[in-house]
Amino acid sequence: MLNRIAEKFGELARKRECALVCYVVAGYPTTKTSRQVIDALVKGGTDVIEIGIPFSDPIADGPTIQAASNSALKQGITPEKALQLAKSIRKKYPTLPLLAMTYSNILVHAGVEKFMGQAKSCGIDGFILPDMPIEEAEAYSAAASKLGLATVFLASPNTPGTRLQKIVDSTTGFLYLVSVFGTTGARKSFEDYTLNAVKNVKQATGDKVPVAVGFGISTPAHVKFMRRAGADAVIVGSAIIERMAKSSGKKMSKEVDEFAKSMKKACRMP
Amino acid sequence: MLGNYPVGGKFGRYGGKYMPETLFPAIDELESAYEKYRNDHEFQKELSSYLTEYAGRPTPLYFAKNLTEHAGGAKIYLKREDLLHGGAHKTNNTLGQALLAKKMGKKRIIAETGAGQHGVGTAIACAVLGLPAEIYMGAKDVERQKLNVFRMKLLGAKVHTVQSGSKTLKDAINEAIRDWIANVKTTYYLIGSAVGPHPYPMIVRDFQSVIGHEIKQQMQEFEGRLPDVVVACVGGGSNAIGSFYPFIDDTDVMLCGVEAGGEGIKSGKHSATLAAGSEGVLHGMFTYLLQDECGQVIETHSISAGLDYPGVGPEHAMLKVTKRARYVTCTDDEAVQGFLTLSRLEGIIPALEPSHAISYSMELAKEMDKDDIIVVTLSGRGDKDVQLVQDYLDKSNGAKKKKEKHAK
Repeated sequence: MLNRIAEKFGELARKRECALVCYVVAGYPTTKTSRQVIDALVKGGTDVIEIGIPFSDPIADGPTIQAASNSALKQGITPEKALQLAKSIRKKYPTLPLLAMTYSNILVHAGVEKFMGQAKSCGIDGFILPDMPIEEAEAYSAAASKLGLATVFLASPNTPGTRLQKIVDSTTGFLYLVSVFGTTGARKSFEDYTLNAVKNVKQATGDKVPVAVGFGISTPAHVKFMRRAGADAVIVGSAIIERMAKSSGKKMSKEVDEFAKSMKKACRMP
Repeated sequence: MLGNYPVGGKFGRYGGKYMPETLFPAIDELESAYEKYRNDHEFQKELSSYLTEYAGRPTPLYFAKNLTEHAGGAKIYLKREDLLHGGAHKTNNTLGQALLAKKMGKKRIIAETGAGQHGVGTAIACAVLGLPAEIYMGAKDVERQKLNVFRMKLLGAKVHTVQSGSKTLKDAINEAIRDWIANVKTTYYLIGSAVGPHPYPMIVRDFQSVIGHEIKQQMQEFEGRLPDVVVACVGGGSNAIGSFYPFIDDTDVMLCGVEAGGEGIKSGKHSATLAAGSEGVLHGMFTYLLQDECGQVIETHSISAGLDYPGVGPEHAMLKVTKRARYVTCTDDEAVQGFLTLSRLEGIIPALEPSHAISYSMELAKEMDKDDIIVVTLSGRGDKDVQLVQDYLDKSNGAKKKKEKHAK
C-alpha cells in the first residue's frame, strides 16, 4: 500500500533522516538466503526493501545483478515464488515498506492488473519497472491507482525539464533518480553531474514526492554525497550482493547487517 | 491504410518505447533527426549514390527458370540481395543509418549481430563513412560464425564477445543497449533489424523498402504486373518488411513470411515467434515473443544464426493479427534442402536464412498455376554457411548409416 511508504518517509523526514532502501534479488542464491539477507538488512536499519523479481533480459542491470538474477532463475525462481517470499516478509514485518522491482514483461505476460493484484495480496506496496516509461504506462498506472499501489517511475541525469515534470506527475511513493549514465553496479565515486541531477530533481519534485537516488551507491561516503545533494533516500543493491558472495550462513548475515548499519549511520548524519 | 503505420510509435497495438529513461533523450533526438532527413533531398541523394555506386543497387530480379521447372508450378523470381555489397540486404540499412548518425554528429557507432551479417554490414558502412564501429556478438555466435568475425575485424571494427545470458543475438542486443545507456551522449546505436523501440522499426523498414520498391518496378518491366506472392524469411524481419512494405496496400499481392521451424514446432527447438509465440515486451517493443509460462524469454533454435531471435519486429505482429501477411515455418532439414537445390539448379549458394524462404516457395509454387508469379527475397549469400551445411550433412549421413546398420 502507498500508505506504508508515505508513513515511513514522513517519519524519516521528521527525524531529518535519509531513508535506506535495499534491493535483494529474490531466490539468490536461494529463497531461504533471500529471507536471511532481508532479516539482516532490517536488523541493520534498512527502511525500505525492494524485492527483485528476476527477468531473463535485465537491460538496466550491470554484471552483478545480471549474474545474481541468472543464478536465481537457474535455481528455479519464478514471479510466483518471489511473491511468496514477499508474503512471508510481510507477515514478519507488518509496517515495512516493500516494493517489487522487475521488468515490464513479467507484468505484461501475466496481465498487468492481475499480477499487480496478486502482488498486493502478498503484501507488496508498489512497483519499480526500469523499462516502463510514462508513455507506455496507462494500464499500469490505472491498475496501481485502483489497487492503491505505488508506481515508482525513474528519472535520469539527462532527463529534460518538461519530461521530468511529467515523470514527477506520474510517480507515486517516491521518484527513483538514476545517479549515473550506466547500468546498476557498485562504483568507486560519483561526478559533479550526479550532484547537479539530484539538486535539479529535488527542485522539480518540491514537496510532491521524496527523491531516492540509486545505481552505484556502495559506501557511506556515497550516502553522504547524495544527502548533501538533497536526496531523501539512497538505494543500494549490487554492493549487498557483492557482500553476500563473499561469505555464507551467519557470517554472511553479520556482514550484511554491519554493512546496512554503516550505511544507515551515514543516513542519520546531520 | 496499413501503409500509414506507425501511428504514435505503434503498429496497431504493437511497438512502443519500453526503454530505460536514460535513453529517452537519445531516442527523441533520433526521432527528430530522422523526421528531418527522411524528407531531405540532399540526404536521400547522398544515400542513393552510396547505394548505387558503392553497394551495387539496384540488385537484379532473376527469373529462376530451373527452379521453376523443378517445382512445377508458379514462376519463381529471386530478388538478388545476395549480390548487394557485403553479401546481404543488411547493407541497405547500415549505409542509411550510418549516414544518418554522421549527419547527427555522432562519433561512435555500436551494433549487435547474430550471424554476423549485420556486424559486417555495419563495419562496411562505418569504414566507408569514416566512423569507428564496435560490434556486440554472443559467444555462441562468435564460435559458429568465425568467418564473419574475421571479416568485421578486417573492416576495422572492434568485436565484443558477449558472455551473458544465452550468449546469442538477444544477449548481444542487451549488451549493446547497456553500452548505449552508459555512452548515450556520444554513441549511435545502429540496430540491425526492424526491432527495438520506436523509431527503429520504422527507420529500418524505410531503409530496407528499397527491396520492395525495386521488385515492383522490375516486375512491371518483366511481366507488366505485380506478383501474386512475395515471400521472405523472418527472424527480426528486416528483409521481409523491406520486401512487403511497398506492397502493403496492394491487397491482391499475398505477403508471406517464413520463420525458422528448427527441429519442428513440437520439439520446442525453433525460432518461430509469430507462429508459436505469445505477446510480450522485449528490447523496447511490445510484440510476439518466445517465452515460458512466467514471461521469461526462452532460448531459440535454428540452423541459421540470423533467424535465431525470440522476438520479431512489431510491424510483423500487426500484419499477422490483421491477416495482411501470413507466417509459416520451415524446418532446418527443409532449409538445407532449399540450400542444396538452389545451389545445384541455379548455381546460387544462398545463405541459410533465405534458404527457408526458397524451400517454402518451392512448396507453394507447386500448388499454384503456371502463370502465377512468386517473388522470393534472396536476402544473402551462403559463403558463411558452407562449413555449417557440410557438418550438418555429415552428421545426418552418419545418423542414416547408423540407422541402416541397425535395420540390417
